[in-house]
Amino acid sequence: MTEPTPMLTPEGQPAASPDLEPPPLQAPEVRTRGWQALTPRGRKQRLDRLAELAAVHADEKGRSLWAEAFRRLRRNPAAVIGAVILLLFVLVALIGPFFVPYSPTSTEWADQVKEGQNIIPGPSAEHWFGLDHNGRDEFSRVIVGARQTLLVGVVATTLGLTVGCLIGGLAGAAYGLGGRRGRQIDNFMMRIIDMLLAMPSLLLAVSVAALLGPSLITVMIAVGVISVPVFARLLRGSMISQAHAEYVTAATALGVRRGKVAIGHVLPNSLAPVLVQATLTLATAIIEAAALSFLGLGNPDPAVPEWGVMLTDALTRLEVAPRLTVYPAIGIIITAFGFTLLGEAMRESLDPKLRR
Amino acid sequence: MTPALVEIKDLQVYFPIMRGMVIDRVVGHVKAVDGVTLSVPRGRTYGLVGESGCGKTTLGRALLRLVEPTGGTITFDGTDLTSLDVAGMRNMRRRMQMIFQDPLSSLDPRQNVESILTEGLSAHRIGADRAARRDIVCETLDAVGLPRWALSRYPHEFSGGQRQRIGIARALVLSPDLIVADEPVSALDVSIQAQVLNLLARLQADRELTYLVIAHDLAVVRHISDVVGVMYLGALVEQASSLDLYRRPLHPYTKALMSAVPVPDPVVEERRERILLSGDLPSPANPPSGCRFRTRCPWARERCASDRPELRTIEGASGDHTVACHFAEEIEAA
Amino acid sequence: MLLEVEDLAVTFRDDREVRAVDGVSFAVDAREVVGLVGESGCGKSVTSLALIGLLANQNTRRVRVEGRASFDGLDLLRADARTLRDIRGREIAMIFQDPLSSLNPVVPIGVQVAEVLIRHRGASKPEAMRRAAELLERVGIPDPTRRLKEYAHQLSGGMQQRALIAMAVACRPRLLIADEPTTALDVTIQAQILELLKELVREDGTAMIMITHDLGVVAGLCDSVNVLYAGRVVESAGRHSLFGRPVHPYTVGLLRSIPRLDEDRGARLTPIRGSVRDVLPWAQGCAFAPRCDRAIEECLAGPPPLAGVAHTYRCVNPEALP
Repeated sequence: MTEPTPMLTPEGQPAASPDLEPPPLQAPEVRTRGWQALTPRGRKQRLDRLAELAAVHADEKGRSLWAEAFRRLRRNPAAVIGAVILLLFVLVALIGPFFVPYSPTSTEWADQVKEGQNIIPGPSAEHWFGLDHNGRDEFSRVIVGARQTLLVGVVATTLGLTVGCLIGGLAGAAYGLGGRRGRQIDNFMMRIIDMLLAMPSLLLAVSVAALLGPSLITVMIAVGVISVPVFARLLRGSMISQAHAEYVTAATALGVRRGKVAIGHVLPNSLAPVLVQATLTLATAIIEAAALSFLGLGNPDPAVPEWGVMLTDALTRLEVAPRLTVYPAIGIIITAFGFTLLGEAMRESLDPKLRR
Repeated sequence: MTPALVEIKDLQVYFPIMRGMVIDRVVGHVKAVDGVTLSVPRGRTYGLVGESGCGKTTLGRALLRLVEPTGGTITFDGTDLTSLDVAGMRNMRRRMQMIFQDPLSSLDPRQNVESILTEGLSAHRIGADRAARRDIVCETLDAVGLPRWALSRYPHEFSGGQRQRIGIARALVLSPDLIVADEPVSALDVSIQAQVLNLLARLQADRELTYLVIAHDLAVVRHISDVVGVMYLGALVEQASSLDLYRRPLHPYTKALMSAVPVPDPVVEERRERILLSGDLPSPANPPSGCRFRTRCPWARERCASDRPELRTIEGASGDHTVACHFAEEIEAA
Repeated sequence: MLLEVEDLAVTFRDDREVRAVDGVSFAVDAREVVGLVGESGCGKSVTSLALIGLLANQNTRRVRVEGRASFDGLDLLRADARTLRDIRGREIAMIFQDPLSSLNPVVPIGVQVAEVLIRHRGASKPEAMRRAAELLERVGIPDPTRRLKEYAHQLSGGMQQRALIAMAVACRPRLLIADEPTTALDVTIQAQILELLKELVREDGTAMIMITHDLGVVAGLCDSVNVLYAGRVVESAGRHSLFGRPVHPYTVGLLRSIPRLDEDRGARLTPIRGSVRDVLPWAQGCAFAPRCDRAIEECLAGPPPLAGVAHTYRCVNPEALP
């Protein structure tokens, strides 16, 4: 029985195989300490010590894609501006209420407001934004209103994200990895999503509100429901395209179970567009929530400040005190802007094509 | 004659073509692999060569059931793979691994090297504990020539050749019997190709591996294979030992293929005779009747349109050299 | 000399500065086929794009081009946009690697070929279409009149490349630049296309610059060869001289590491160790030194000067002398 012949005749003894690669020359030492400083002899010695230089590498941790994306994000001016705006917004929303000069619900200056005569006191030394139509301090209301707005935005988006990703993720995994049965499951789920998408968002929101009665929670749920199909379609599409990637085939070839492939490989690589969408949805959620409150579907208690409600009330008094519409509107615009900037910057930094 | 590790009999892989607006109907089939029989001898390298559309990649994947065969049987070390259920096949995968063409897309960009290499071990529960698995991983790293610090790195931090080594290590870590290498070097720079080819050769010698190498580069295939099979439009048209095939190609397609490969030697290039094929590859959804090569064959005759030729031996050539052509002897004599 | 390139250098400034082309000099004579050979990252494609002003942002802060490229007396690198547009297509034509992305997917092939004639020869539309059909036939596309109306995706890869070649030779340019024209094609189709190029070049008396990483293609097609490494030409010679007696260790290494169809099986491949990333900046020494078995101290003292007469090379310790 002859021995299996090797592919190539070996030279004799196993010398230092020429197919072993020395590590790349980009070791930090090589670059920073200029080659000019050394004599030619010194440089040759340095070259010979490549393997030792690599020991410097050994303790360094690899940089994952998220870390690299974050690094790129940090240097993007749009991202920085967006992040700063958001940080301010969050700070104002969380801490602001503790520092407001007056209570946002107190109507102790109601006597200064004379609606019949179209007098609503404007900005003054005691009330930086003036009073609103009920004699409450506008500035305090705007600050405290930020918290409500943030709450609505975050909760609504989280709701939409969670439910949408659940549906979309299952559908995408089923389609990509499940064979014929999987495609049927995906088909079924997507038709449900289609039904949601077919309804105009405002109509959908109003329907939900009609079912649940007007309150802040209603607004949150309604806005959340609107964004469910967006996230579902997005994650599903992303997962389907990743399911065809070669590293998924490789994992299957390795013998990894399908479920593990879906959760461990397909899902993490499909999340990038979802994250970007989440920030953008936050922006629109705030606007949509304001719109719903504006329509009267939000918290009927006018005492609790929320930018959308404030906008509603202010609009009827546009001629008397236009500034009352300006403050909450600007607040909404700036916040949405901040989220959008950050979201777009994230999309750019996570785009693999722009990588290095 | 070494026993076969893999026996493929009459393998067919057809992909349905769907058309329709509301409901998809099957209107035809792309016959990617249309009745191929071959066997891969244990401990040796079988090189499958052919141009795009010939079905060699599909065959490689069908062998590992990454693509489901439509017909035929695949026997691996005595076990019929086509009859295994999902769990059974998954267990079998430990013994048959794959190396992919594009080292970048075949590695999950979010996994570091240690995770990539340990995944297979975990899936098959190899290694008693984490320490044992780490040992196996490190030993494999040494075998493919990657340094220890690679473990914490991510694929995009390596060069093409190093990434391919990671892919090889991933396959190797399970100690498989068979490795299917799908275009293992074609995505690499020329000067790196030799490194990887040498590595594969050394690993085969050290670990008694059996290789099925799929490639379009004839020179590469010649270099590393013991047996070579030439595919055209889903069928095997010639099969011979590496030596015999290159010394004496019998099938018109093989002759044309070999004459088309550029040789880095101007003297040879000036002297050689080029057999230029006319026309383009026919569509695999609608292959020519009879001999599939007849539409481009300079020697095609009437019989070629009606009779599909089977692989057969011819007089004057060794028993291992088979060719699917009705007129191989006459063409040879001319 | 039809084209003389002297010390061409291209620097990209994005995050950091990258000298993609670092002092490339070569010449192309009328009717000559010159090869630019190298692996990925050697700068061969950037060289060809820079010559005819096709680099994105060329001559802005982000892409700095230095050197001279004298085409029939005119310096291409300093020519204005209008002149370059006139030259492109009429005097110098280019064929790219991926035919599908070089063809407009929504315009029929015939129109695309005719466009070249209308633009540069002032032909009328019907006249141009007639000539287009002739051209398609000349490049070996069967049934050309029917193909005139077809779109790019309806043609196979080989046919698409032929259509591109038809567009390139439509105005009988004096110089044809082919950037890896057959890399994306199957071997048998590649042979057809190379034969076609050989024929056209001979018939029209066109000079050609063939850019490729495949030394086999070069051996069969080019009269003279320039081997590029890390943005500079390291060896330049007539093809028999280069293959018969290669001098630079990189060229030698490449030739030794390529499996050859005509060689005995079992002959060992000798790879070049390291990868293209293991490079030294030319200003500080020979870029190939980290991977070279023959590197000596002098290789790290500074850039190796160009040596040799007809067969030139950049090495202080070459394998052999030409």
